[in-house]
Amino acid sequence: MLPYIVRRLFVMIPTLLVISAVVFFIIQLPPGDYLETYIAELQAQGESVDQGRIQFLREQYGLDRPMWEQYLTWVWGLLQGDLGYSFEYQLPVSEVIGDRFLLTAIIAVATVIFTYLVAFPIGIYSAVRQYSTGDYVFTFIGYLGLATPNFLLALVMLYFANVWFGTSIGGLMDPELEEAPWSFEKVGSLLEHIWIPMIVIGTAGTAGMIRRLRANLLDELHKQYVVTARAKGLSEGKLIFKYPLRLALNPFIADIGNLLPQIISGAVLVSVVLGLPTNGPLLLRALQSQDMYLAGAFLMFEATLVVVGVMLSDLALAALDPRIRFTGGRRR
Amino acid sequence: MSDIRKDAPEPGEHYVDPAPFDPAADDVAMSAEQERYYQAGQWTIIWWKFKRHRLALWSGILLVAMYLIVLFAEVVAPYELHSRHTGHIYAPPQQLHLFHEGAFVGPFVYGYDFKLNMETLQREYVANPDKVQPVRFFCAGESYAFWGLFEADFHLVCPAEGGTLFLLGTDRLGRDMFSRIVYGARISMTIGLIGVALTFVLGMLFGGLAGYYGGLVDEGVQRAIEILRSFPTIPLFMTLSAILPITWSPVLVFFGISIILALLEWPDLARAVRSKLLSLREEDFATAAQLMGASPLRIIGRHLLPSFASHLIASATLAIPTMILAETALSFLGLGLRPPVTSWGVLLTEAQNINVVALYPWLMLPVVPVILVVLAFNFLGDGLRDAADPYK
Repeated sequence: MLPYIVRRLFVMIPTLLVISAVVFFIIQLPPGDYLETYIAELQAQGESVDQGRIQFLREQYGLDRPMWEQYLTWVWGLLQGDLGYSFEYQLPVSEVIGDRFLLTAIIAVATVIFTYLVAFPIGIYSAVRQYSTGDYVFTFIGYLGLATPNFLLALVMLYFANVWFGTSIGGLMDPELEEAPWSFEKVGSLLEHIWIPMIVIGTAGTAGMIRRLRANLLDELHKQYVVTARAKGLSEGKLIFKYPLRLALNPFIADIGNLLPQIISGAVLVSVVLGLPTNGPLLLRALQSQDMYLAGAFLMFEATLVVVGVMLSDLALAALDPRIRFTGGRRR
Repeated sequence: MSDIRKDAPEPGEHYVDPAPFDPAADDVAMSAEQERYYQAGQWTIIWWKFKRHRLALWSGILLVAMYLIVLFAEVVAPYELHSRHTGHIYAPPQQLHLFHEGAFVGPFVYGYDFKLNMETLQREYVANPDKVQPVRFFCAGESYAFWGLFEADFHLVCPAEGGTLFLLGTDRLGRDMFSRIVYGARISMTIGLIGVALTFVLGMLFGGLAGYYGGLVDEGVQRAIEILRSFPTIPLFMTLSAILPITWSPVLVFFGISIILALLEWPDLARAVRSKLLSLREEDFATAAQLMGASPLRIIGRHLLPSFASHLIASATLAIPTMILAETALSFLGLGLRPPVTSWGVLLTEAQNINVVALYPWLMLPVVPVILVVLAFNFLGDGLRDAADPYK
């Protein structure tokens, strides 16, 4: 197991490096840099431009140096935990971000757990009772979940949560707790608010997961070992949990590689609609004002979250299924 | 032991049936139906198999109908895209009735009486039972420029003379939602097609190279796909579309967005092409073509691709709904298409805050065609995928 973990960790490094290069390339794509826009804006307003500050920023981020040097500086900063400087807020990016990375990660993890908790029993039920009324109902709801844009679902759920349960509109906690340090009360308020984004973001992923678990389990259910076990008089519940389900579970866990990007994408949209203090709204703002280091930090963080998540699922898979450890990593 | 072998012929002696040999004697005559099946071409069999998937068939019919609407949007919509009705701002949907006071009139609506509630300052519309406004069919209504080419005023349905026909209500400028949804279909339903066409080119190119050459090329393409897929799509969409200059004309933005959609969607198709090619290039007919001196391009294009074209079409169909949803999301955030271009996503930007859900819920109606079209493409794709391999 240990060599596998080490190998898997080493594969991550070049992947993250290439991702950082792509992110850097993308955030450099818009013509000009923020400082040019900034100077033009100040001059348009008739204000004097603080040449010293501009010069300081230009030098600190090497905006006058060649592209590859800028990239190296940026990556080197990232490695040391320096995410760069947000031009719009005139603060280091890490200060602008504050709790947002943590809250984004919390929502993503909560949604993954929600997805598994819901998809698991429903998937099993739909496969074991294939073509029953329940199966049709869940399939129908699942398709609807796949097809409904989740930002609209968020809006509607927010409205009804407010009308029926009196949950405060927007945000992830009561407004007065937002600035407070972390406490039990704050966590409680977070739990009270997190379920709306969790359900909204999780719907599409859950629907897909149910479909795949159902299909996998259906493939296994008609195999001969199931018939043998049944002929030997094993109780139906024990039979399903002990044999076919275990085999159908592999893709279920491996699926996190598809699920995580989907959840994080969904979270961005939903956060903008719900006004959550996560990455989404700030990323949108950063993109609109071309505050590129801020946007780059978000993109980098989200891609890293996905890469780490996929690695964790690979490790879980290797722990569950010994065959995987011996077939040289990800190669064919 | 020897008892059993008593009846067997002596060693070296063969039994020969004296009757004359008729090679056709054992053949079972094929029924007409079987004969029809075995003589049918691949595409015919695919069609037969597809027809059996009821849901997919109906989805296909629905989509054809939708694309007809896209073609003739000006004729289907009772109003022009931008025509405003200042007397009917935020008017709720008008209900269609058939009977007025027990007497059959045909489809008609009751006209609205407008009044401003002075306490809440909300506009209140009350259906006035005296204003019976029968809907006209195949009629002359507002004039429009058909696809911007020539003037006409023929509509499928029009409001009564001097009356109104807001089947799905109006928005904040008093524009008819139904007409706007019909016009919006033109953008929303074509952006997916253009995006998929580009995806097809990219996916076939990269998947084809990786699958046919294998080795280093394959490794490179595989790694590229892996890295592209570890980005969450929406943030990447957002970033890329933020790059499109604001000064671009709406048409350019439209193409820009579809190119971005294609850039992020090709990996799935490329993977499908690659894995199919990897197995197909080992087939005998590929080796035969190679031995006869065919160039790689000819082998891929003439021999390998046609043998899984049906699979490709199925996966392309399944990629369209993703694009439609992505366009809707991007436009909703204000990063995609912008007015005056009207797509379903642009229409939904009007429904951005919670007041809309409470006061003007009909502004969320553009989501209905989105759901319908996405579902229809999904079912159609499922049906096509099942039918794609008819010999299974």
